[in-house]
Amino acid sequence: MKSGSNLEKVLEAGHFAFTGELGPPRGTSAEEVREKAQHLKGMVDMVNITDNQTAVVRMSSWAACLILIQEGLEPNFQMVCRDRNRLAMQADILGAYTHGVRNMLCLSGDHCMFGDHPDAMGVFDIDSIQLINMVKTMRDEGKFQSGGDIEDPPKIFIGAAANPFAEPYEWRVHRLGKKINAGVDFIQTQCIYNMDRFRKWVKQANDMGLTEKVYILAGVTPMKNVGMARYMQKKVPGIEVPEELIDRLKGVGKKKVADEGIKIACEQIEEFKEMKGVHGVHMMAIEWEHKVPEIAERAKVLPRPKV
Amino acid sequence: MIVAKRKPFEEIKTMLKDYKKVLTVGCGTCVAVCLVGGEKEVGILNAELSMARKIDGNPIDLGATTLERQCDMEFLDELENVVDEYEALLSMACGAGIQFLAERYPNKPVLPAVDTTFIGANRDVGWYEEKCRSCGSCVLGWTGGICPVTMCAKGLYNGPCGGTDDGNCEIHKDQPCAWFMIYERLAAQGRLDLIMEFQPITAWQNQKPRTLVQPGYEKREEAG
Repeated sequence: MKSGSNLEKVLEAGHFAFTGELGPPRGTSAEEVREKAQHLKGMVDMVNITDNQTAVVRMSSWAACLILIQEGLEPNFQMVCRDRNRLAMQADILGAYTHGVRNMLCLSGDHCMFGDHPDAMGVFDIDSIQLINMVKTMRDEGKFQSGGDIEDPPKIFIGAAANPFAEPYEWRVHRLGKKINAGVDFIQTQCIYNMDRFRKWVKQANDMGLTEKVYILAGVTPMKNVGMARYMQKKVPGIEVPEELIDRLKGVGKKKVADEGIKIACEQIEEFKEMKGVHGVHMMAIEWEHKVPEIAERAKVLPRPKV
Repeated sequence: MIVAKRKPFEEIKTMLKDYKKVLTVGCGTCVAVCLVGGEKEVGILNAELSMARKIDGNPIDLGATTLERQCDMEFLDELENVVDEYEALLSMACGAGIQFLAERYPNKPVLPAVDTTFIGANRDVGWYEEKCRSCGSCVLGWTGGICPVTMCAKGLYNGPCGGTDDGNCEIHKDQPCAWFMIYERLAAQGRLDLIMEFQPITAWQNQKPRTLVQPGYEKREEAG
């Protein structure tokens, strides 16, 4: 075991993982975090806590992680390279680990200009792949990035993202390979809507032997309504929403769109369960945490394994 | 070259509001080439300022001169005999030139008329693109001659990130993704292996003021 996190144990035991996501509040309400967390309890193996997502200031990821731990859930501490230099990153990793955080997701981070402080300096002292390597060095060699020794090194299960839907498509599997070389343990992908493209990417990764070196969790976000689908299609960089999916949502009548969105997600999950090289699903039910129990039930991923 | 743009007119006017006799000092090198601080631009700025101050009923006496280079002490000596006639100096050079002028004449207020913007290249007449952040540790040899430190909005060394959108950067549809271009160029050259390897964390060379003495001149430097 590298970290002994619940997610690591679930994956090591060969179970199909099911992870969730929770966005911290734009304020100081621990109650809001607890309320969202309650919907996820027992439904997922681990919960990603986003880090100033879309470059909007929120309660810090590590702080919300601690609330999750208090609530008996396992957090995945997301860390972006946009807001911290290597000193702050390593300090936060030590602190979060000390308080029981065992998983991390290493990300570049959306550019500042998307968020509520568009004039801020983006730090990017190191990039996401270098962050993976830094956490691995801290864990496996007990060394800071500077080479200095760490007393009681943090044992973190190291995650990263992958986006099979951004050009150049041929490059994406190589980027996955770079992340593996840097030391990543698990991958959570961008939200998948174009299944063809995803199948091709996984096949390439299988052919290169990459899926034997890393756990892949397929990213799923159910569409709540047609407006959301259109927004994801037109406005969110790196997300590909096929027109047929929007047609299908439109075809069921306004009141049933959300239900159809969940149905589509469940069909995807069924396929992922059978797909070689896919080891689980990362459910990003954005501001829809209360729907996760229903989604988990319908996706037939319950009960979650006790490991 | 160093590319600059003129400061907003009102900002310049406000800086000069308490002065009645000012020497505008242009620079004949980078800022002249990028059409912002050469002899011609000195003339235009002075004409605009004179006119504006006249209208305000607070006329100003403006002198004009353009030095070969403000970032070179030897050219600053030319002003020796005229500086005393003025209350302040308005420099149209880049930040380096402005600071050298201020250092050479420490008793005079030296004010900037331009904002130094970037190290760039001339795409077309009057059209400049940033190309270099002077990071001090050039990567162009393995990035297909395209600088990710400058051209990637996140300065990534292991790009492209997941935000590439139709070959463009996530920050704007008209901003090409540097790493997409790097990939395409290296693929065309059959050199993709250069970016397949993990690039370790950078030792930044630009986090403190830098001084450089070329090796051939070290001895003279030691002799003082």
